[in-house]
Amino acid sequence: MSGVNWPGVWAIFHHEMTRFFRTVMQSLLSPVLSTVLYFVVFGAAIGGRIQSVEGVEYGAFIVPGLMMLTILQQSVSNASFGIYFPKFSGTIYEYLVSPVGWIEVTLGFVGAAAMKAVLIALVILLTSFFFVGVHILHPFWMLAFLILTATGFSLLGFIIGLWAKSFEQLQIVPMMVITPLVFLGGAFYSSDMLPPFWEGIAKLNPVLYLVSGFRWSFFGLADVPVGVSLVAVGLMIAVCCLAIRWIFATGWRLRE
Amino acid sequence: MTAIIQIENLSKQYDSGTRALSDVSLSIEEGEIIALLGPNGAGKTTLISIICGLVVPTGGRVLVGGHDIRTDWRAARKLIGLVPQEIALEPFEKVINCVRFTRGLYGEGPDDAYIEQVLRSLALWDKRDAMTRELSGGMKRRVLIAKALAHRPKVLFLDEPTAGVDVALRREMWEVVDQLRRDGVTIILTTHYLEEAEEMADRIGVINKGQLLLVKPTADLMGEFGKKTLTIELMEPLAVVPQALLDRPLRLSPDGRSLAYEYDTRAERTGIAHLLGDLAGQGIMVRDVSTRQSSLEEVFMTLVSEPRQEVTA
Repeated sequence: MSGVNWPGVWAIFHHEMTRFFRTVMQSLLSPVLSTVLYFVVFGAAIGGRIQSVEGVEYGAFIVPGLMMLTILQQSVSNASFGIYFPKFSGTIYEYLVSPVGWIEVTLGFVGAAAMKAVLIALVILLTSFFFVGVHILHPFWMLAFLILTATGFSLLGFIIGLWAKSFEQLQIVPMMVITPLVFLGGAFYSSDMLPPFWEGIAKLNPVLYLVSGFRWSFFGLADVPVGVSLVAVGLMIAVCCLAIRWIFATGWRLRE
Repeated sequence: MTAIIQIENLSKQYDSGTRALSDVSLSIEEGEIIALLGPNGAGKTTLISIICGLVVPTGGRVLVGGHDIRTDWRAARKLIGLVPQEIALEPFEKVINCVRFTRGLYGEGPDDAYIEQVLRSLALWDKRDAMTRELSGGMKRRVLIAKALAHRPKVLFLDEPTAGVDVALRREMWEVVDQLRRDGVTIILTTHYLEEAEEMADRIGVINKGQLLLVKPTADLMGEFGKKTLTIELMEPLAVVPQALLDRPLRLSPDGRSLAYEYDTRAERTGIAHLLGDLAGQGIMVRDVSTRQSSLEEVFMTLVSEPRQEVTA
């Protein structure tokens, strides 16, 4: 990518990561606490009645789902807040007058948001080791799915941040769309456990493909073929990139 | 001198139909300070926003250092620093980090020695580790200038640099600009403080309703359009202006102790000598005389009330 202003990308990335580390305790404590609660409620209380799903202990079965839930929520909120805050404070002008284009701004903000989400997800994985025995069958693919999903949803969050005109709007998409998609995307169950009609409906949920691929990297079990999961996340990244490129080219919600 | 900025037939019409700029052409030379003067909504901010990349023009083109701002925008923008009208700073960031960040955005590697130099020149070095939200309004504005200078721009845009600041701070800003002028930075500032344009600028461009009415050296503009007022202090107060002097543009002060005589500095004869002679002829004794040049505000009002099509750019 010759012609890319790499010091510009680094400046944005570093600026965003500094903000994360400034509030590292809050950034990490909240998701870790939520995860512990999920393990207590779903793993210990409910999991005791389910025993195992397709041969995997239920407590371990939900680990990829919990990581995916965190990745999606953190990616969207980090990226959307990251770009919305300069719009809110007025410092967005700097990005528009300096020699950085959509590529640099996106790489900087989305890279940082995805990095934060991946770090938090890995902390959650470490936390889960205290509760259940988790063996990762394909560590490389686990990391690849983690990074690709974090990237895809950070791109989506970035678009939400560009679109939002208020903090309320910033909150509403993650609350109304992302969380239901994750809960209905098989984070805590296999889609095989649903009645056939609902299983068909669930297949329309893009998050199902991500959770499925990610769970495969842990246990070798998948609701849909892994290739389809990879194509789904690749498609999401491509569509989001095109949308961001369009936003910067037209100045929609940026130069208004 | 060579032109650092070349503006050719620049126009901007917003989707709402508002025509913010109409066919503006202007050449700005390296090292000069030019003030764009005009009332609110005249098109000043639109003009500099287009050059800086914040607004997309609907017609015409702009070259900065020979680089087209649309097709060669990266090279053009590297030459420019912008100090916006509104104070916009990351509230939870240290002053020095704000400046470092901007330097990075412009593709420049770290150079703490230069950043120290910039912060010292703006009397911000002692505040380098302060959060920007802890600073006074004047200091925040200086941080914006420091950020705009972080990558050593050749051209600095100051959009209403002293809008809403007190007199002492305005004077401070003028000193900062004067220092930048000595450093060879080309400065384009917008203002509706006429005193500011007169104080700082080598040339003044007058904008109204999206049109550049004229651009002239400040002194020429003042000389060409400026009228002077001669104030004659009298030894004894007068009740009325004598009959013999009624054909002159004279105004008697309410206390009758002085006469004001307005004359055009461009006129072949100012009529001052004749007036003083006639006063003596009427037996009116003069205590003192003084002259005052009309302010740029009066010049400006003359221009916008009678728009001229001629542009000297």
